[in-house]
Amino acid sequence: MTRVESHATAKTPKAGGENENKWMLRLYVAGQTPKALTAFANLKRICEEHLQGKYQIEVIDLLVNPTLAKDDQILALPTLVRKLPEPVKKIIGDLSNTERVLVGLDIRPII
Amino acid sequence: MAKPDKKSKPAVDELLKIQTGIKGLDEITGGGLPQGRPTLVCGGTGCGKTLLAMEFLVRGAVQFDEPGVFISFEEKSDELTKNFISLGFDLNELVSQNKLSIDYVHLEPREIEETGEYDLEGLIIRIGHAIDTLGAKRVALDTIEALFSGLSNEAILRSELRRLFRFLKDKGVTAIVTGEQGERTFTRFGLEEYVADCVIFLNHAVSQQIATRRLRIVKYRGSAHGTNEYPFLIDSQGFSVMPISSIGLDHPASTERIPTGIPRLDTMLGGKGYYRGSSILVTGTAGTGKSSMAAHFVDAACRRGERSLYFAFEESQNQIIRNMHSIGIDLGRWVDQGLLQFQNARPSLYGLEMHLVVMHKAIDQFKPAIVVVDPISNLVAAASEAEVKSMLSRMIDYLKMKQITAFCTDLTSTNGSLERTEVGISSLMDTWLLLQAMEGSGERNRGLYILKSRGMAHSNQIREFILSDKGAQLRDVYVGPGGVLTGSARLAQEASDKFESLNCKQEIERKQREIERKKTAIEAQISALRTQFEDEKDQLERLISKEKQRDETLVLDNQAMSKVRQADELPAKQTRIEKTGKGGRK
Repeated sequence: MTRVESHATAKTPKAGGENENKWMLRLYVAGQTPKALTAFANLKRICEEHLQGKYQIEVIDLLVNPTLAKDDQILALPTLVRKLPEPVKKIIGDLSNTERVLVGLDIRPII
Repeated sequence: MAKPDKKSKPAVDELLKIQTGIKGLDEITGGGLPQGRPTLVCGGTGCGKTLLAMEFLVRGAVQFDEPGVFISFEEKSDELTKNFISLGFDLNELVSQNKLSIDYVHLEPREIEETGEYDLEGLIIRIGHAIDTLGAKRVALDTIEALFSGLSNEAILRSELRRLFRFLKDKGVTAIVTGEQGERTFTRFGLEEYVADCVIFLNHAVSQQIATRRLRIVKYRGSAHGTNEYPFLIDSQGFSVMPISSIGLDHPASTERIPTGIPRLDTMLGGKGYYRGSSILVTGTAGTGKSSMAAHFVDAACRRGERSLYFAFEESQNQIIRNMHSIGIDLGRWVDQGLLQFQNARPSLYGLEMHLVVMHKAIDQFKPAIVVVDPISNLVAAASEAEVKSMLSRMIDYLKMKQITAFCTDLTSTNGSLERTEVGISSLMDTWLLLQAMEGSGERNRGLYILKSRGMAHSNQIREFILSDKGAQLRDVYVGPGGVLTGSARLAQEASDKFESLNCKQEIERKQREIERKKTAIEAQISALRTQFEDEKDQLERLISKEKQRDETLVLDNQAMSKVRQADELPAKQTRIEKTGKGGRK
């Protein structure tokens, strides 16, 4: 169970951005729960608004791949992890509070 | 697994328990922790919660082949591994054998932003995954309260914890959940609310600068359990709880007798010595020879090839061996032969309960036939008398269970302190010997008597206890109108007694001679009287014959007279009878 690598499974990638200042976001969920769906919808909306073209969302379903929970120290679900840019940040919850999500992801400027 | 169990079989004895493998804990809990249910272990900082949780897993893995999952919220797995190496647990080894997994759950509040609804499904999935991977039967969460400092939404946390515990129950794993002690509650965040089946409280109290660890079962739903605070020990072999007070009064009683090592004392104790497995107390003031008696007892036991364990709270091993040489006992060779072991410790080294625990461990390891505690009175330095009593009673019970003869010495102070001992521990003791210093005529001697000895006839006499280079000896003391005399006073008194008895003998002889003399004198008197009597008798007889003659002459005279007067014939007889009759009366 210590195997680490990142072949994200349940992928719903939304690739748009280019290499330079790319945002890599990971959303951990457990199955298609209402909270997971809400979180994903919220995330997508925020990204589209603020990070258009330069983000990538990876959705990881822990029911399918429970070992991955360990690497990112996932306890609460849903959890959004900002893998890039560094440092790693985590936001838990269904991301319904846009303000806090922006603060949590450190997205300050409006486009 | 556990829940239907609980519902369908509410009977107390139906509760399934899982052995922890931790020394003593299974005895207190009557078989272990409730199977398939979480158990809360709470206590202050540094009281051993993590150790208890980890040992539960390690013992499970090693002894019962039950893999375990350790979810750590506080320490990283390599830190844990390092910490437990010092306790003799190689966690890496167990991990590589797939018998244990350690999962470090890290929560960094600064990294986490909370927005909206969430749950702890991630944690549950992680635990569930770890359990499934190993097929784990045991789980430890140490300490789940870290979640409260990492996550701010307490309402969610509480409902999620409830869900977590239900999940663990459904998984059928036996879990230990640790929690930091709160100010007024068992845990800071009220975990006991969720874990209601079994709560174990660990305490690390310091009294008089001596720390003692104690364990208490606060609650054990559906099971009888010991309710006391039990001391426990954390040492190089991990956790050990001493369920000492749970021992009842049903220990066996041997009729076998073992010599005391002092022949004369054996005779005082009905000729055969102490009972095996009994408790012997020797009290006395300083320097009355208590340790010497102990040494004799130990020496005798070692000669029989029995093992002895000597707890010395006053002297070092070498000192005792040297000192006993002076009374002709070589304890050193028994140590060399492995028959005798000394355990030397200052009473203040650790708390009383700890002493007890250490003693237990030593006894369990060495398996002696005889245990000497010299002296028990010093233990008071480490605690109050009531505590000492409770500790000793548990120790004696324990020794009796194991049929180990306990020999305790007790130092009493010089002024009337016998009562103290009486109140304290005498009731625990089967045989109580009292050594007493007897002062008089410029010297100090030792007296010994048997205050009590249950179940055997024993002497009521005071004996003088003499320590010489050939060992201890008992001598009769002088008991006379002048009181009890010992030492040179006794010798002097014995000499004067001898003199007196000589006098007496002479007096008797003199008296006997006097008797002889008197006898001869009286006999002489008797013979003189007899001759006198013979004389008188002669005279009287002579008189009698004379009288007779006269009488006859008178009759003849009368006849002659009547013949002369020619009186008519009277029957001669009649006249004579009348006359003699008259004469007889006169």
